[in-house]
Amino acid sequence: MKKFIRQVIFFIVVVFLWELGSRLELWMPIILPSPSMVLEALIQGFGDKTLIYDLVASFKRLFIGLGISLVLGSLIGILLAKSKYADDTIGSLILALQSVPSIVWLPLAIMWFGMNEVSVIFVVVLGGTFVMTLNMRMGIKNVSPLYIQAAQTMGSKGIDLFIRVVFPASIPYVVTGARLAWAFAWRALMAGELLSTGPGLGYTLQYASDFGDMSLVIGVIVIIGVIGSVVDQFIFNRVEKSVTRRWGLES
Amino acid sequence: MFIEINHINKQFLNKENQPVDILKDINLLIDKGEFISILGPSGCGKSTLLNIVAGLTKATEGEIYVNDTKVTKPGKDRGMVFQQAALFPWLNVIENVTFPLKKEMSKKEAIETAKKYLQMVQLGKYTDHYPHELSGGMQQRVAIARALAMNPETLLMDEPFGALDEQTRSRLHTQLETIWTETKKTILFVTHSISESIKLSDRIIVMGTKPGIILQDIKVDIPRPREEHKQEMIELEDYIMSFLKKEIDKVVSEELAV
Ligand SMILES: Nc1ncnc2c1ncn2[C@@H]1O[C@H](COP(=O)(O)OP(=O)(O)OP(=O)(O)O)[C@@H](O)[C@H]1O
Ligand SMILES: [Mg+2]
Repeated sequence: MKKFIRQVIFFIVVVFLWELGSRLELWMPIILPSPSMVLEALIQGFGDKTLIYDLVASFKRLFIGLGISLVLGSLIGILLAKSKYADDTIGSLILALQSVPSIVWLPLAIMWFGMNEVSVIFVVVLGGTFVMTLNMRMGIKNVSPLYIQAAQTMGSKGIDLFIRVVFPASIPYVVTGARLAWAFAWRALMAGELLSTGPGLGYTLQYASDFGDMSLVIGVIVIIGVIGSVVDQFIFNRVEKSVTRRWGLES
Repeated sequence: MFIEINHINKQFLNKENQPVDILKDINLLIDKGEFISILGPSGCGKSTLLNIVAGLTKATEGEIYVNDTKVTKPGKDRGMVFQQAALFPWLNVIENVTFPLKKEMSKKEAIETAKKYLQMVQLGKYTDHYPHELSGGMQQRVAIARALAMNPETLLMDEPFGALDEQTRSRLHTQLETIWTETKKTILFVTHSISESIKLSDRIIVMGTKPGIILQDIKVDIPRPREEHKQEMIELEDYIMSFLKKEIDKVVSEELAV
């Protein structure tokens, strides 16, 4: 709680100094508008519902893209963990692909699918899939042999063993994988939207910049940052903590 | 014979990839319903032997028959209680105990069976706790309940009471004895406590180390309940103790000679 209060005070001070600097005209509003102007732009954006349409559109792409990458990433991860042959071949390819920022695929995607929704979702999928794959693979490889042996003496084998023991045992890695996949997918989505057509948060950011509406530019950046950290802190961090505790991995 | 252990050899590879003899020419015949203790110093291969009987580890040479069937893989006829509790942390206590029952009975029956065995190990009130909320000894009792609930003909127990306090251990000894007389299970019980082996078993297999061999096969003729025959228990304990001391002295002097 103390930490929370410290954080709140810190942000209030930052916003206050920023407002003060703007009022004293230390910099021009076109370079950095004041917090009150940003707030005004946000209120107007939500008021005429454009930002709401943007949020809905962005989240729709995110859910589809992230959903696909979680499922696809898990399936490939399971394959890599189970097959040495796949691990040696596909595994090395994925390691290489993982180091490529997914936005670089956008020009290719636009050639394939056109300048539309599908291209952006494609980039989001590429952003999330590989971390999920690598974590799923690690999770399955690190299942304690003791769990598997115990299950075997209780007559569990094959697919039953996988569903009831191996997969649940690797859930801590699945959660970490999902958390990273979300972070990469969110970044990929914003980058993709900057370069594509609207509606969407990234698109509106680009649009506002083109028209010199710096208050809206900063407003959208704030929204992107807040959503990013809220999902990470309030959803993934909590899930990860409770899983770590229950799975007995606390140090 | 119900269990036949024939000429079992087991080698593991050491760090330099050289094979090391862990078990050497282990032969053992066990009758149905016998309570056998395997007694030996740490590292002599007791867990390894039990894992081979369970079908979890392959012997380098030799074979094992249980109920005239050659052991090639794990099976529900041989329940195992591991040295560490090996509960599944994502399941609560009752779900852990019903784990092996899912296929053979209805959910309701499974839960009733599980509750019965949990009460037997005095954990009837902990059905919806998760393993991380239990002490090490409580976890081990859940593991015992889980193995018993499966109702296997043979029970393989690898130092199941090692982590428990003296009172709990003593109570579980009595319960295990009762369960054994009621259900006529064949029990292979690994321990390094001499008094524990004397209190519980029909026969004590004393093992030596490096490589693991059977040194002695001692029949315990003391009538049950054995608490009433303290004197004979103490005499047997002294005998095994002096025998093991010679064995340990031998190992120590060999190590010093190297
Ligand atoms: N997977 C393995 N690979 C290599 N060596 C092993 C392996 N498992 C066991 N060993 C070795 O085999 C020997 C016997 O191990 P085991 O666990 O059977 O001993 P134990 O009698 O059960 O000892 P304790 O009473 O301490 O549990 C030990 O020296 C151990 O180092
Ligand atoms: Mg052992």
